[in-house]
Amino acid sequence: MNTPQAIAIGCSAGGVDALKAVIGGFDAQMQQTVIVCCHTGSDTVELLCEVLQRVSPLPVIEAQERHRAQPGTVHLAPSGYHLLVEADRYFALSIDARVHYARPSIDVMFYSAAEVWREKLLGIVLTGGNADGASGLQRIRALGGTAIVQSPSSAEMPVMPQAALDIAGADYCVDLTDIAPLIHRLCLA
Amino acid sequence: MDAKELDDIEVALFIQAMQRRHGYDFSQYAPASLKRRVQQLADQLQCRTISGLTERMLHEPPLLPRVLDGLTVPASDMFRDPGLFRSLREQVLPMLASYPQINIWQAGCAHGQEVYSLAILLEETGLYERTQIFATDLSERALRQAEEGIYPAREAQQWSRNYQASGGTCSLADYYSARYNLIKLDQRLRRNVTFAQHNLVSDGVFCEAHLILCRNVMIYFSNVLQDRVLALFRDSLVRGGFLCLGLRESLDYAANAASLAPFDERLRIFRLASQAERKAP
Repeated sequence: MNTPQAIAIGCSAGGVDALKAVIGGFDAQMQQTVIVCCHTGSDTVELLCEVLQRVSPLPVIEAQERHRAQPGTVHLAPSGYHLLVEADRYFALSIDARVHYARPSIDVMFYSAAEVWREKLLGIVLTGGNADGASGLQRIRALGGTAIVQSPSSAEMPVMPQAALDIAGADYCVDLTDIAPLIHRLCLA
Repeated sequence: MDAKELDDIEVALFIQAMQRRHGYDFSQYAPASLKRRVQQLADQLQCRTISGLTERMLHEPPLLPRVLDGLTVPASDMFRDPGLFRSLREQVLPMLASYPQINIWQAGCAHGQEVYSLAILLEETGLYERTQIFATDLSERALRQAEEGIYPAREAQQWSRNYQASGGTCSLADYYSARYNLIKLDQRLRRNVTFAQHNLVSDGVFCEAHLILCRNVMIYFSNVLQDRVLALFRDSLVRGGFLCLGLRESLDYAANAASLAPFDERLRIFRLASQAERKAP
């Protein structure tokens, strides 16, 4: 199997606690580029960056337009914009229409990340209340990437992981507490 | 060859065909979002592939406005980023009030939400009678919709909240009439607005502006095109004139940004510096 170079994580309702569990379990040695799309409903992700930074061994920052996606760094999609990654791994933003009532949309981020990192991308869908992320995860798998879906039974809101399983399927479907150890196994191998 | 590589060929051919057939150059648009828009357009026009879209674009000239619309028009809101409109109301417009005639260029006005926001702001600050707003967009379809000023009523609640948060002194409902599921902005608001087609990729300076708003337009452009457009804005602004960008727009890779001094860094308001203040290149 290809060691992932990048990890793309999507979540919505209940996502902050789930992200804390996953990102808090990261290893400081990780070299992967991490990008996160979390529907928050607030105007900025400043606070979310702070909350996650408290538990994360890696730096957590808001993804910046035209800046390069950094290895060993967690980047959050800004509120109100879709986050895309260009082929040269620079970030781009868009204010195109909402997808699944969401902007940022997980699908939009997953689609562009899938095309950049292809089989070296690890896509993860966590708790959430709608189907955003499912078709993006399908694209990730179609281009050779690996999919982890939080088991719906361990999710605060099972709709999103269930939709991902129904539409995209998964290489791994595990409980929330098992996701960080699984990421280590796949990334530090 | 997989589906992704095939898509990339089709998008590249579409861009080339668009340029040669209709003279519109999209080669300097940011690739990821352009690809998404091309794919969506193909879906909306029920083309099985992007090549199918290319064929129709080449052979059905009446389709062009629809294609341009699909490739360029983002979703916008009235008083999006209320903090910016508050700053315009309280900081920027009072500084422009000393001019006998104020020219404002709204570049990339899309469906006009921001044009009407601006017109309301100018009415409430008593400056509208001596202001001319030039609202331009690449898409003629978008311009027609902007002129009409008709929007889905479901947006009105959020827009009202934005308006209040921006320091509005009346009620947003005073400026529109609602019917069925639609609202229509008071057409008196556009008495000093000129809507015109303008392509930031290829067209030049056309007015001397005291204030330019170009928010979340250049996010769709490459660094090269962004820099070109910034030069166009620099050459269009009066000395000390203001430029407003979207709140997440970065100028870190644009050499021509050197002539623009931050007026409010967080709200992405810049001012054209006088010659002496400009940083050496």
